[in-house]
Amino acid sequence: MTETIAVEARNAIKAFGQGDVAVRALDDVSVQIRKGEFFTLLGPSGCGKTTLLRLIAGFETPTSGSILLDGKDITSDPPNRRPVNTVFQSYALFPHLTVAQNVSFGLQMQGRPKAEVTATTDRMLALVRLEAMAGRKTSQLSGGQQQRVALARALAPQPKVLLLDEPLSALDLKLRKEMQTELKRLQTETGITFIFVTHDQEEALTMSDRIGVMSAGKILQIGGPRDIYTRPANRFVASFIGETNFLPGTLRDGRVILASGGSIEVAATLRNAGNVTVAVRPEQVRIVPATEPDALPATITDLVYFGTDTHCHMALADGSEVVARLQSSVSGEAGLERGGRVGLRFAPGAAQVLGE
Amino acid sequence: MASKGFDATSLPGFTAIAAIAFIALYAPIITLVGYSFNGANSISSWGGFSFRWYEAAWANATVQEATIRSLVIAASASLIATTAATMAALGTTRRGSFGGQTFIYVMINQPLMVPEIVTAVALLIVFASVKVATGYTGLGYLILAHAAFCIPFAYLPIRARLEGMDLSLETAAADLYANPWQTFRHVTLPLVLPGIIAGAMLAFVISLDDVVITEFVKSAGQDTLPTYMLGQLRRGVTPEVNAISTVLLGLTVLLLTVFFLLTRKRD
Repeated sequence: MTETIAVEARNAIKAFGQGDVAVRALDDVSVQIRKGEFFTLLGPSGCGKTTLLRLIAGFETPTSGSILLDGKDITSDPPNRRPVNTVFQSYALFPHLTVAQNVSFGLQMQGRPKAEVTATTDRMLALVRLEAMAGRKTSQLSGGQQQRVALARALAPQPKVLLLDEPLSALDLKLRKEMQTELKRLQTETGITFIFVTHDQEEALTMSDRIGVMSAGKILQIGGPRDIYTRPANRFVASFIGETNFLPGTLRDGRVILASGGSIEVAATLRNAGNVTVAVRPEQVRIVPATEPDALPATITDLVYFGTDTHCHMALADGSEVVARLQSSVSGEAGLERGGRVGLRFAPGAAQVLGE
Repeated sequence: MASKGFDATSLPGFTAIAAIAFIALYAPIITLVGYSFNGANSISSWGGFSFRWYEAAWANATVQEATIRSLVIAASASLIATTAATMAALGTTRRGSFGGQTFIYVMINQPLMVPEIVTAVALLIVFASVKVATGYTGLGYLILAHAAFCIPFAYLPIRARLEGMDLSLETAAADLYANPWQTFRHVTLPLVLPGIIAGAMLAFVISLDDVVITEFVKSAGQDTLPTYMLGQLRRGVTPEVNAISTVLLGLTVLLLTVFFLLTRKRD
């Protein structure tokens, strides 16, 4: 199995500051990233995702724990001896060099033969479609073009792993979408392992093979986008990724008795755990006539139109809020209106029980 | 910008004080430059326009020697000072913070704070005994002395440039397989070069017009242009001194203009 693992962090701890004021940016993190996968570290700012990236790149040394590359311990290797390259958030392009000189920098520092440097540089510029810009200074390029130079520069030495530190955050929405597709294409074409850091859940869901969700220096859950979205491990993951309704209740014999009254069937394998929270995605909430048996009674408090979707805000008997996302065409025909009394059902398997 | 709120020009006497200050600054210099073109032998009564004092200075063998000596000292001293200052600037900006950082900073800038006459006397005493011990009486003493007091002038612009640099560029170089020396050679040095040139220019100018330390340290027959001029004033002044001053002024203004252009530009 070990030969399929590209990068591994073992019990990595990184503390900044000393003694009582020390802050653990990374708190005992262990993770295995597979060869050739697009792995995303997702979390809010300050969660430690960039610190983990910097440990892998070698810009920081862990306070304890180790970093392995292809099964070899590289914890104490300086960045220039690690076959790992980084795309920086600020791009960090060399302002005194041309586009082509930027791209060939890594190859030249490695002492590759001149012919190879030229050939690889040309190939990389073609890969990111910047052949025409080879002789320009980087300051003459647009943000999207600079981004592509940064990518080409980091890919040129053919690293074992490419690290990307929120590289799309400085781009506007349209360009960001284009670059997401571009990144995915480059990853597929080169077959290089990508470790991508972002706080944007949509970016993570659309591009990644697997996602590691981080908070407060820990990895809370690792899984495919679908896993993470449909089966969040805890409340933080459920609320950070997508929108979620949280309903408090008690778990008893395969059903959750909701605090608002009524109950929902959940997976029977769950042990009775007393107080729990049930998470349901808005698109999994079905609105049915109030008269239907077993439906949770609710009152519509607001309807918000989003184009294709309409968000229907409802209050349960105890006043707790539930949001349903409906296709606008459906909600229009159903004759929903503010103040209307309706019943709620959840799609089978949609209700996830989260530990407190 | 200051369309509303505080505007210094609205204070009473602003224009008058500004005018007086500028006259005080520039009137003597304009007079000096004007009389360098005097046809007469006086530095205070006008005798028609002429280049005769420029020609006289140009033909004066002592002036020629002093000029060459001044340039040799300034070039050597600024080279030494700039090299030392570059290393000092790297040592104080490209490493983790350490105890006594402020103390080191003050130590590097010592020549800015110690009165020049004190340094001059100290150097005179030290070099006198070295001269006796080694028998060497060449320009080396002057070059060393000038290099020492030029260091802070070279250090400050280089340090400013290093501090203004995006540190992620050096991180990126290390990430792209550059070892520390290659990172310095291919990234730090080219980017900090304008600061180094600016520092060298400032050091050159400072060395070129030094009188006090030079007067104390020089051996017999080692007059620089400024000490030669000082010697001339003791005898009897002709507009030749004005002519030399004007040339020195022109050179200094030129170098300082380059200095300001280099330190102002941020890219």
